[in-house]
This record gives sequence, structure tokens and C-alpha cells, in this order.
Amino acid sequence: MNKPLRRIAIFCGLLVLALLVRTNWLQYVEADDLNANSKNRRIQIERYANERGNIVVEGKAITGSVKTNDTDFEYKRTYVNGPMWAPVTGYASQAFDANQIEKIEDGILTGNSDRLFFDRTMAMFTGDKKKGGNVVTTLDAAAQKAAFEGLGDKKGAVAAIDPRTGKILALASTPSYDPSSFAGYRDKDAKAWNALNKDKDKPMLNRALREVYPPGSTFKVITAAAALEYGKVSDINEPTKTPDPYILPNTRTEMVNHAGGCENATLNRAMEVSCNSVFAKLGDDVTRDKMVEMAEKFGFNSEAFVPVRTSASVYDKKMDRPQNALSSIGQFNTAATPLQMAMVTAAIANDGKLMKPYMIDKLESPNVDVIEQTEPEEMSRPISPENAQLLQQMMENVVENGTGTNAAIDGVKVGGKTGTAQHGENNSKNPYAWFISYAKGENGSPVAVAVVVEDSNARRDDISGGGLAAPIAKAVMNAVLESEK
Amino acid sequence: MSVVTNTTTIGAIDAPSRRNTELMLLGFAVAIPVFAYINVGLALDGELPAGVLGYGFGIGLLAGVAHLVVRKFAKYADPLLLPLAALLNGLGLVMIWRLDQSQRLIQRIESRYGEGSFSPDAPKQLMYSAIGITLFVAVLMLLKDHRILQRYTYISMAAALVLLVLPMFFPAVNGAKIWISLGPFSIQPGEFAKIIIAIFFSGYLMVKRDALALASRRFMGLYLPRGRDLGPILVVWAMSILILVFETDLGTSLLFFGLFVIMLYVATERTSWIVFGLLMSAVGAVGVASFEPHVQQRVEFWLNPFAQSTWEQSDQIGQALMSFGAGGTLGTGLGQGDSDLIGFAANSDFILSSFGEEFGLAGMMAFLLIYGLIVERGVRTALAARDPFGKLLAIGLSGAFAIQVFVVAGGVMGLIPLTGMTMPFVAYGGSSVLANWALIAILIRISDTARRPAPAPAPSPDAEMTQVVRP
Repeated sequence: MNKPLRRIAIFCGLLVLALLVRTNWLQYVEADDLNANSKNRRIQIERYANERGNIVVEGKAITGSVKTNDTDFEYKRTYVNGPMWAPVTGYASQAFDANQIEKIEDGILTGNSDRLFFDRTMAMFTGDKKKGGNVVTTLDAAAQKAAFEGLGDKKGAVAAIDPRTGKILALASTPSYDPSSFAGYRDKDAKAWNALNKDKDKPMLNRALREVYPPGSTFKVITAAAALEYGKVSDINEPTKTPDPYILPNTRTEMVNHAGGCENATLNRAMEVSCNSVFAKLGDDVTRDKMVEMAEKFGFNSEAFVPVRTSASVYDKKMDRPQNALSSIGQFNTAATPLQMAMVTAAIANDGKLMKPYMIDKLESPNVDVIEQTEPEEMSRPISPENAQLLQQMMENVVENGTGTNAAIDGVKVGGKTGTAQHGENNSKNPYAWFISYAKGENGSPVAVAVVVEDSNARRDDISGGGLAAPIAKAVMNAVLESEK
Repeated sequence: MSVVTNTTTIGAIDAPSRRNTELMLLGFAVAIPVFAYINVGLALDGELPAGVLGYGFGIGLLAGVAHLVVRKFAKYADPLLLPLAALLNGLGLVMIWRLDQSQRLIQRIESRYGEGSFSPDAPKQLMYSAIGITLFVAVLMLLKDHRILQRYTYISMAAALVLLVLPMFFPAVNGAKIWISLGPFSIQPGEFAKIIIAIFFSGYLMVKRDALALASRRFMGLYLPRGRDLGPILVVWAMSILILVFETDLGTSLLFFGLFVIMLYVATERTSWIVFGLLMSAVGAVGVASFEPHVQQRVEFWLNPFAQSTWEQSDQIGQALMSFGAGGTLGTGLGQGDSDLIGFAANSDFILSSFGEEFGLAGMMAFLLIYGLIVERGVRTALAARDPFGKLLAIGLSGAFAIQVFVVAGGVMGLIPLTGMTMPFVAYGGSSVLANWALIAILIRISDTARRPAPAPAPSPDAEMTQVVRP
């Protein structure tokens, strides 16, 4: 009977071998996938097992942790002024995962990042409790407050950038939500979460980064930049040979102007009163491909990572001529995030150099050593310094004499551009009021800001951009100028 | 005769008894769990656990008694079986104790059955281990020769049938009817049935093996057995199907059937029996799976452990898989994992995932190899046994052990559909600990007989020169 016995021995060996292979497969090959599985509660447990690090603005934490009496989650996230900062922090919820900075920098905040390995090891020897590191943001508290309070009950968003470095100074979105309201996992957290998700005003949408709006007339600065850059206009005070009414190429459609005196207007004048005909014609002269090129140099058609992902702004690459002409004044399917328009403004204010926007200044270990410092980085140079200064002249003229007077600040050079974007079929919906602007001192421009207000009831082109959005932009710029002093 | 073969179970004449080896290994088998126990205490409370002396003394005493009994009553037994079993039992106790400390499990029970309803399992398991070792001692003392068991072939059959059928008349616990409850006690007869069935098969097959092996017709390269020899096989097949249908116990029927196929094959040395066995189990499994919702559900859970529908009904397999993942290569360390997320049955059917999480891949490999070693020492014993009954019984017991380990570990690791069985020695449960200690005792008894030096040849009266008978 020994021969079959030997075979049975081999069979038993194979059974054990199968188990050995399986355990290797599970614990070595698949381990990372299993650990990242969204159903794995360990992710949440780990996230709240220690005091979570904080997100810091100007040296003050805008987040916190409280101890709970829970077996799974020892700590719970709290937020200081949650609704105001929600577009910056995102949320970290025991039941509903996390997003934005809370998610992206989870490793640092929980203290589990490999970059904190040394700190963890030291803590192990000294017997300290493990703690999370901090994320220090670039934001300006006063600017954020001005933006959030400026928007008030209105639906909209504000993005402000330091043009010299690309630091994001303000990022507001209204209506907002309080991430504290669903930071736990109890019934009330689920209720708050469900209510927020069902709200048709979408309070959890980060409008500054993730919503694309038709930019309306604010897009004209890009068309002007393209006209200058590609040599269609060399003198901004020379008439542009634009007929009024201007007929869109290959069509019989007239381009409507809301302002008077647009016939043969100079570029400067066209910007001042926001002539549609002039910019539509210039866009057509520049041609679609060059317009696409210019828009993309400013950051259109690609997502930005600040490090939170933004939606890609759109300048269509396959339009026909009349569509391109329409797009040149920010209509048709052109769409931009508020951050994108702030980047455009910043590039102009920074003499043609576009800095890569970012909102994390540095990462700190639990004992406040700097682990990583973000260095300002050039993203592109869409226009030459000379053309940038021409654009500045025109935008400053808009604020001095044109549609943007509401943004003027005494003793400071302010450039801006209004916009009112119609949308919906046959413009049936309320237009969006836009305002982009920058302020400038002796050391260059410390702030460029884009404001969009969604539910403006005003119908009149450009006036509403200047009326509704410009005061908010002004308040944000003022706040930054105050902090600069 | 050389003494070179003394590293094997196959004893040569004058082979050393190897009792000192066993004692030394037992030292490790006691020391390792004691260190593990200290480790858990340090990880959970930051201090030496209060009971460390008592615990160390307790398992040391149990192991010592077992060793002394082996030394006295089974002098030539295999030196590995006892230490390996003791090590597993000790580590199982530590893990059960560690899960007793889990706030998550305590709250789970108290929120379900009310304040104060939680009682730790480790003390009970320690008691079961003590009873298990007592049973081990009793078997070694009372069973002087394993061949005595041959006498109980048909009684065993009757006992096994009763044990397997009884749970049908008791209510199902957590979906499977595998329990007999007698007042405060409940036992899982399947655990004991595997030993008793092995005894019955050994006795039956030893007698019938020639008939089964030789009286058959050749057909398409296979030896077809005669109808009357096929009878018992069909009975076993039918029984395993019945268990599956009425008790919804996939594990026991698989174990039962696999055991029978292995023993038939060994007894008859005919590959055709394996083919028949596999064919019939496939037919049975597919047949039952086509109408039995419990089995279908198990298969569905196995295929899609993370599907939302699975998750809503039972997240156990998914949680177990994530436990293994969380352990990674080196494990989280004792007391530092979250395997208690599995919740129900964390310390019994799913205890292996706790080991997987806290000992990691390295620990799991060691664990599986320990089981593999026990099995292979059992097979060795079968090889070395000199009588066919002993051979069959040893292979039957080790085969059953191997299949049980494979079915449980494979189920928990998602290799095969999950069936409700316990990991021998480590899982919490009285029946399991008792039955496995008895199983090891019988294997030790057979290996003692197998390795015992042959008695010196008796002086033969015919030793004188053969005389030529002249006409």
C-alpha cells in the first residue's frame, strides 16, 4: 500500500502548497489593493486613530481633532469656520471618506506617509504618541473672508492668486457646507450628508475649481492678447476696421453690441465698453487654431492640480469660423473655471509670465520640521512683456473709465474686465456676472482675482459684472493689499 | 542494520526513542506562546499581562503531562506530533485571549445581548485544552494497541451514522445544522465523526480491499467495481449529499467524502477509485448546488466578496481578505491588527485571518507549514505502519486533517467557497480541540507501534540442521 500512500503524501503537500501560494498572493501581490479597497474600514480607522494633523492658514489651524469615546475612531475632525474654508480643506468624514486636501495629503495628516518614517521611528523610541503632520496653505485669511462674505447669500465663486508666485490666496464657493456636520458616522452625520447631496444648490460643489462657467466678456482679454501676440493689432489706439453691425463669417447673423460707438473702435475703446463685434472679428482674424493655442497657453483644455484637481476649462478645437468668432467673446461652448480666469488675469498682471497656481505652501512633520516646501514654478509665457503691459493699460482703462469702475481703489493701479455670460437655451437662464481684476503696486502685482456670481438678475450686459462681481473683487484685493503692508 | 535511518519514522532496530528531542521541542512549543502572550499584553496595555505566570505554568504543565505520558506509554512515538500540536494550541489560546480584549467585539456582543453579557472565551478554551490533553492521555493509556480498534468496525459505523444524522434534529445555528445542544452543552459531532469514520473505513476496507481491488471488470482502461462492492461507496456518497442537503454543511460532506476516496484509493491501489470519487462528488456538488440556496449563496459570496449585494448579506469573507491584506508581509504585530472587524466568528472559523493580519505572510507560511508537517508526519506514520489497518487508519486521520485544514484555510483565504469548519487546535471550540487531541493521540499510538523495535527473534526450535528423511 506504500505507493498510493506516497501519492497521497504528495496530494497533501499540494494542498498545503496551494494554501501557501494563496497566502502569498493575498498578502504580497494583492495586499495594496485590499488595503486601498473602499470597503476597508481600516482606512478610516487609521485616519482617525491618532490626532490628525492640521491644515494651517497664516499660522492658524483651520481644522482640529476632538477625542471621541468610540472603539473604532479615536478622534473626530473639526473645522474652524467650516463653510468658509470648505473649498480649501475638503472634508474628512468617518463615514464618507475624505476629499481635496484632506484626502490628497492624508498620509501627512495621519502621519502614515513614508516621508514621516523618520519621525515615526523616533516617536517609537521616545515613546511619543504618533501624530499627524501639518499642511500649511498659501491662503490669505483676510482675502478669503472678504471673498466669502462678499459672495454672501449669492451663489458663486472667487479665486484669487498672487501673480508673482502662483500662490492661491482665496478660494471661496457659495453656497457652502460645513464639513463638521458629517465628520462622524452617526445618524445625524448621515442625515447631514444626504441633505447636502440632495440639495439642488449643490453646496458641496467646489465652484472655484470644479465648475466651468461660460466666461462671457472676460474672455475678451484672451482674444485681445491673441490679437496683439499674433500681430493682428499693433497699436491699441488705432481703429480696428470693424463694421457695425458685424456679420458673423459665413452667416447672416448679426453680432449684437450692447455698447455704442463700436464701429471701427480702437482695441482700447472696445475693451473699455466691451464691444462684441470688435472681439468677434479679431478672434476670426486670429483664426481658430491660433485662438486655441493662446487659450491653451493660459491653461485652457487641461486640468490643473493645485494639488486639488480642477476641471479643465474649454476652448473648442473643432469649431467652425462663426463658432470661433462667438467663442472669442466667451460665448458658444467656451467655459472656464474661476481659477482659470484668475490665472489669465495673473499672467497679464505678471507681465506675461504665468506661474503655476498652488495652494500648499509646505508640509510639516508633527514637530514642525519642513518636509516639503513648494517652490513657485513657471507654467508658461503666453504673451510677451510688452503685450502684457498693453493689456494692463487697457484693463486699467476699464476700471478708470469703463465698465469696471466699481473695482477702483484709491491710490492703487487696478486693472479689470467685466463679463456677463448668457447661458441656457435662448439665454433663458439668469446670466453669470463675472469680474476679473488685479491690483498693482511698485513691486509688481500681489493679487489677481476672478469672481463669478451665478444668480444675477440683471440682464444688461457688463453692467451686472461690474455691479455684482466687481465689489467682491475689490474687497478681496483690498484685503490682500492690507496684508501686504 | 545501520542506525542512519533514525531521522525518520521508519524505525530501525535499536532506533533511539527520541523522547528527549520531543521534550526539547516541547520547550519551544511552550516558550513561543508565552512570548506571544507577553507580546499581546505589551501591545494592548503596555505592561506585562497579569496572568503570564499562570498561563505559562498552565500550558507548561499540560505539555509536561502529555510528554510524560508519551514517554511512559508510547516510548517510540514520533517526536514531532505532540510539540507541533501543543504549539498550535498555545498560539490559538493567545489569539483567543487577544480577541477577548477587543472592545469592538465586546461592544458587539453587549449591544446585542445586553450589558454584561460578554464573557471571555480564553478561559473556556484553556479548560477545553486541558480536557483535550486529558483525552489524549486517556487514549494513550487505554489504547495499548491501535489494532484493538478493528473490533469496533461496525459499531463505529453505527456511531458515525448517529453522530452525523443527529444534528438534523436540532435547530440550525447561523445557517448550518452541525450542532447538538444538550442543555448548556453543545457539541459539533462532525469533529468526532471524522475519527470514528476513519476507524470504520479502516476496518471495512482492510477486509474488503482485495474484493474491491481485484473483482472488477476492465472497461475503457478503468477497473469498474462490481455492483455489490459499489454499495458502501454509494451509501457514503448518499450520506455526504444528505448532510449537505439537510444540514447545509458543505465542509463536513467534503471532508467525509474526500476521506473515503483517499482511503479507498490507498486500500485498493486503483486509480479508478479516484476517478469515481471525483466524478461522484462533482455530480453531487453540482446537483445540490443547483437547488440548494445556501450552497449557491456560498459560491456567490466566494466569487464576488466585495459586491454590494454580498456586502449587505455578509461581509465576512471580504473582511477576512482585507485582514490578510492588512497583515502584508510581516504583519501588524500581535494585538495591533483590526481583524476583529470580521465580528462574528472572529475567534473560531475566522481565527486564521487574525493570524494572517497580526503575523503577516511570514507567520502564515510558518503556520501552514506546521499543519503541513503534522500531516506529513501522519503520512510517514502510515508508511511505517506494519499492519494494513494501522496504515489505513493513519492515512485516514492525516488525510482528514489535511482536508480540514485545506477547506478551512482555503475558505477563509477565498481560495474555495467558505464552509463552516474550524481550524484544528487554534480555533475556539470544545469539540474541535477535544477531537483533534484524540486524533493526535491515535496517530502517536500508531507511530509508536510502527517505530517500536521488532522483538528479538525467538530462538527457533528448528534451528538444528535439517535432517534428510530417507525413504
